[in-house]
Amino acid sequence: MKKEKIVVIGNGMIGQRFLEQLVSRSATHPVEITVFCAEKRPAYDRVQLTSFFSGKSASDLNLVPEGFFEQHGIALRLGDKAVAIDRERKVVRSARGHDLPYDKLVLATGSYPFVPKVQGTEWQDCFVYRAIEDLEAIRVAAATAKVGTVIGGGLLGLEAAKALHDLGLKTHVVEFASRLMAVQLDDSGGRLLRHKIEALGVAVHTSKATKEIVKGETCRHKMLFADGSVLETDIIVFSAGIRPRDQLAKAAGLSIGERGGIAVNDHCQTNDADIYALGECALWSGRLYGLVAPGYQMAEVTARHLTGEADARFPGADMSTKLKLLGVDVASIGDAHGVAPDALNYVFTDEASGIYKKLVVSGDLKRLLGAVLVGEADDYGSLLQMTLNAIPLPEHPEDLILPAREGGASKGMGIDALPDAALICSCNNVSKGGLCSAIAAGATSVGALKKNTKAATSCGGCGPMVKQILDSELKKQGVDVKNYLCEHFDYSRQELFHLTRVGGLKTFDQIVTKHGKGRGCDICKPAVAGILAACWNEFVLKPKHAPLQDTNDYYLANMQKDGTYSIVPRVPGGEILPEKLIVLGEVAKKFGLYTKITGAQRIDLFGARVEQLPLIWKELVDAGFESGHAYGKALRTVKSCVGSTWCRYGVQDSVTMAVNIENRYRGLRSPHKLKMAVSGCTRECAEAQGKDVGIIATEKGWNLYICGNGGIKPRHADLLVKDIDDATLVKYIDRFLMFYIRTGDRLQRTSTWLDNLEGGIDYVRKVVCEDSLGLGAELEADMQRFVDSYECEWKKAINDPETLKRFHHFVNSEAPDSNVVFVAERGQIRPAREDERDDERSDAREAELEVVT
Amino acid sequence: MTARPNVSMAVTQEWVAVCNLSDIVPDTGVCALVHGRQVAVFRLNDGSVYAIDNYDPFSSANVLSRGIVGDLKGELVVASPIYKQHFNLVTGQCLEDAEVSVAVFSVRVEGDMVVVSTNT
Ligand code: SRM
Ligand SMILES: Cc1cc2nc3c(=O)[nH]c(=O)nc-3n(C[C@H](O)[C@H](O)[C@H](O)COP(=O)(O)OP(=O)(O)OC[C@H]3O[C@@H](n4cnc5c(N)ncnc54)[C@H](O)[C@@H]3O)c2cc1C
Ligand code: SF4
Ligand code: FES
Repeated sequence: MKKEKIVVIGNGMIGQRFLEQLVSRSATHPVEITVFCAEKRPAYDRVQLTSFFSGKSASDLNLVPEGFFEQHGIALRLGDKAVAIDRERKVVRSARGHDLPYDKLVLATGSYPFVPKVQGTEWQDCFVYRAIEDLEAIRVAAATAKVGTVIGGGLLGLEAAKALHDLGLKTHVVEFASRLMAVQLDDSGGRLLRHKIEALGVAVHTSKATKEIVKGETCRHKMLFADGSVLETDIIVFSAGIRPRDQLAKAAGLSIGERGGIAVNDHCQTNDADIYALGECALWSGRLYGLVAPGYQMAEVTARHLTGEADARFPGADMSTKLKLLGVDVASIGDAHGVAPDALNYVFTDEASGIYKKLVVSGDLKRLLGAVLVGEADDYGSLLQMTLNAIPLPEHPEDLILPAREGGASKGMGIDALPDAALICSCNNVSKGGLCSAIAAGATSVGALKKNTKAATSCGGCGPMVKQILDSELKKQGVDVKNYLCEHFDYSRQELFHLTRVGGLKTFDQIVTKHGKGRGCDICKPAVAGILAACWNEFVLKPKHAPLQDTNDYYLANMQKDGTYSIVPRVPGGEILPEKLIVLGEVAKKFGLYTKITGAQRIDLFGARVEQLPLIWKELVDAGFESGHAYGKALRTVKSCVGSTWCRYGVQDSVTMAVNIENRYRGLRSPHKLKMAVSGCTRECAEAQGKDVGIIATEKGWNLYICGNGGIKPRHADLLVKDIDDATLVKYIDRFLMFYIRTGDRLQRTSTWLDNLEGGIDYVRKVVCEDSLGLGAELEADMQRFVDSYECEWKKAINDPETLKRFHHFVNSEAPDSNVVFVAERGQIRPAREDERDDERSDAREAELEVVT
Repeated sequence: MTARPNVSMAVTQEWVAVCNLSDIVPDTGVCALVHGRQVAVFRLNDGSVYAIDNYDPFSSANVLSRGIVGDLKGELVVASPIYKQHFNLVTGQCLEDAEVSVAVFSVRVEGDMVVVSTNT
């Protein structure tokens, strides 16, 4: 079959989705694809654009699977614009002057931000909010600015306002209409949102038309409004709506809507059957869609139609949205303004808690037509489903929005009431039926479901519903949703932690007798050892605890592949006295150990035989070293950068903070290892955003990041709270760590813990910073008790003859293990390879026999 | 078949006292050198003792005595501290790989002493 030549203009979110849909069908329909991409990077997640300010990098936002273009032989013309379409000759002209022939042309040019005709917009520091480059420019300008203003109080404008606010600017929002989010909200909803946003310190100005921008007096600019008032600001971000990018199509003579947009039919074809348009640039049935979900549907329809499915049709899409704007939940569903002729409203307002909810129902009270939710949008999913699936309203529709009454009927409808056709994830077009069959096929965790169906992987709004469906389906299959520790305990680690703590249980035997069965195993014993250590902080090598320990904890060192151990003394914050460095060198020389700087700012001594460990540690302890817990599911290091003491950019003393933090939490046992770092400024030389606890200095104090991870699946940490002082910092870390220790699963790093935690970072923030569970004082007290009872395990071990007796290879001989054989490399020892060891071993064996006899 | 006393074994078995029972923390193991062979000796908390090879065939290191003991589906096991395979303390059979097993040795407590024989 001859390959069909497809040219795609635009590699944005929808253009990329189209490519993926197309290549998934190319087995039956071979194609040769060229893509024009005007931006300097291929498709990225514009929806998450703002997260660029909270630490996500351009590559985090990347949407293109690795090797995608190469693998499918797609020619990507990065940074090249299409400038003309010659429909006659069927070629596209590129900015670099090439003519590219096409059989089928696909326009996915998106939209551009509308900048109102105001004099002065050509000033410096006037921005739009659409591409990564825009955000980069805003960040640079914000670094030296105090005040920022967003023109436009719609969805995007408020998102931009949040960004400016987070960048530390005094932020204003200027809106032309009389309320915020005029498209989605009604007056009352808009008013409530305004109160909430103002409470955060963002100034809102409605019914203001900007006339002119002139040079400012206290700030860089002054904005003059039609009503005569003025506003001084350093930065201005225009977010006054978007316009479809249809110029290219227009010039080529394709039909364009009255107010813009490339007109398409149900197959996403323009009036030229060989040219398709989709995404934000396409006008379907008189409507433009500024959201990804409808665009994704168009992408699929286009790919299907283009590859021969003549009946693939775009059915139109729902414009319901749920968002968190400046920390406020806002949702709008269906006919939010009640435009249907006989529509009736139910409204619930709780001004004290800042909650506004409105239902729009049909005149016969049978159906839900739409809804507006501000301040609390937990019911978004179920209300949306009721609207879309015409599910009959309950007898008292108001119950759907009233706070649950004591003993009252259960709210709304259960998830089981939904038909299989119900669209659960609109971003990725996944129905309830699709989820159910994936669950039946074995995707029995949220993670697996996300992977298999893509549901909940874009905006995440459908996440709670996906989880509900999963739980309900599993229940129907008779599966208990369980994460038992192992065959000896029908409890999760979290439950066992609770039982241990509340029951005051102090030993494994007590716990297994009371709550488990059997003798235990290598899964539950170390887990229980960790729980006991976190609860009561007793010496881990007490005879009753010793048998529970993994060999690393049992010998307070890390076992290597040949059965020898490594030694990692604590070097708090990575700061070390020359004298101590010399001691490390001397000890290593004396015992013939291999030395290496680790990846975490400390020094590892390898190749110690078990019987040497106490001798080595005696010297280290005498020189003032402590255990570094490299062997434990415990705090490892607190990495630091040199900070304000020496560095010309540092704004706080990161080393002192790192040393203090490391000394506070050293020895803390947790579900998995814990790593932390402190950077002295935003340049982040200590890589704090890759740590479980990351601290970055600001002019005003510290930003606290949590749940970062390097390792197997790197994850950037999330910003928990900004600009806090030393005392608050320690308080929040205490609470966070203890909360994680109580609730984490076995061997669950904070990153996966957070990813699996219902409510995510917002929930943690509530618990830690707002003390929503009322646990704050208790968590802090638990931590203080731990800090006060800290003792160096090695110091204790070398002073305890009973413990020392265990540090030998043979119980009945002083001989060393003949199987441990070293050879020299670059002037140090390393374990011999199999082919190197036989000769060496026979020598050693002889030596050993001599010792024995 | 009738059980016969294994006469030949009784004759050649050589028992070696390796340590006091109290030298082994309950529910842990030690390694004993018996006629040049490394034997992992475990003491469970009910006082029973077991002996298997100390050599871990998966890591080629002499480490099994340093594993965690326990039970899996009723079998008494030790988990190798290196890659965590389980070995049955009574039969030496590896639970994860039917092809692999380690030697088991006779062991008993006489008075206060743990005695081991390398004749299997
Ligand atoms: C020694 C060291 C490598 C080196 O020569 O630099 C090292 C060595 C080991 N790492 Fe590591 N890791 C070392 C730094 C790191 C780092 C870098 C860091 O800490 O800044 C990372 C990535 C950061 C992170 O953890 O988020 C790292 C991610 C891992 C992981 C993957 C963890 C994850 O969440 O994906 C493992 C496996 C695990 O823990 O399950 C691991 C496990 C191990 C183990 C324990 C594997 C094992 O069971 O034998 C290694 C033995 C340690 C030892 O001392 O014998 N190591 N390891 C580093 C010791 C640092 C220290 O001073 O404490
Ligand atoms: C800050 C922000 C937040 C958002 N949040 C949400 C949200 O929460 N939910 C939601 O559903 N939607 C959201 N959106 C909207 C969503 O990002 C868009 O609907 C989506 O990106 C549209 O995809 P597209 O491919 O049609 O257009 P785009 O992603 O804009 O891609 C079009 C691409 O085509 C390129 N291009 C244009 N003309 C040419 C040419 N002649 N030659 C070559 N290339 C060309 C452009 O440079 C651009 O890269 C948000 C948008 C922004 C800016
Ligand atoms: S993070 Fe800041 S303080 Fe630290 S070294 Fe880099 S620039 Fe200096
Ligand atoms: S609805 Fe957006 S990810 Fe599912």
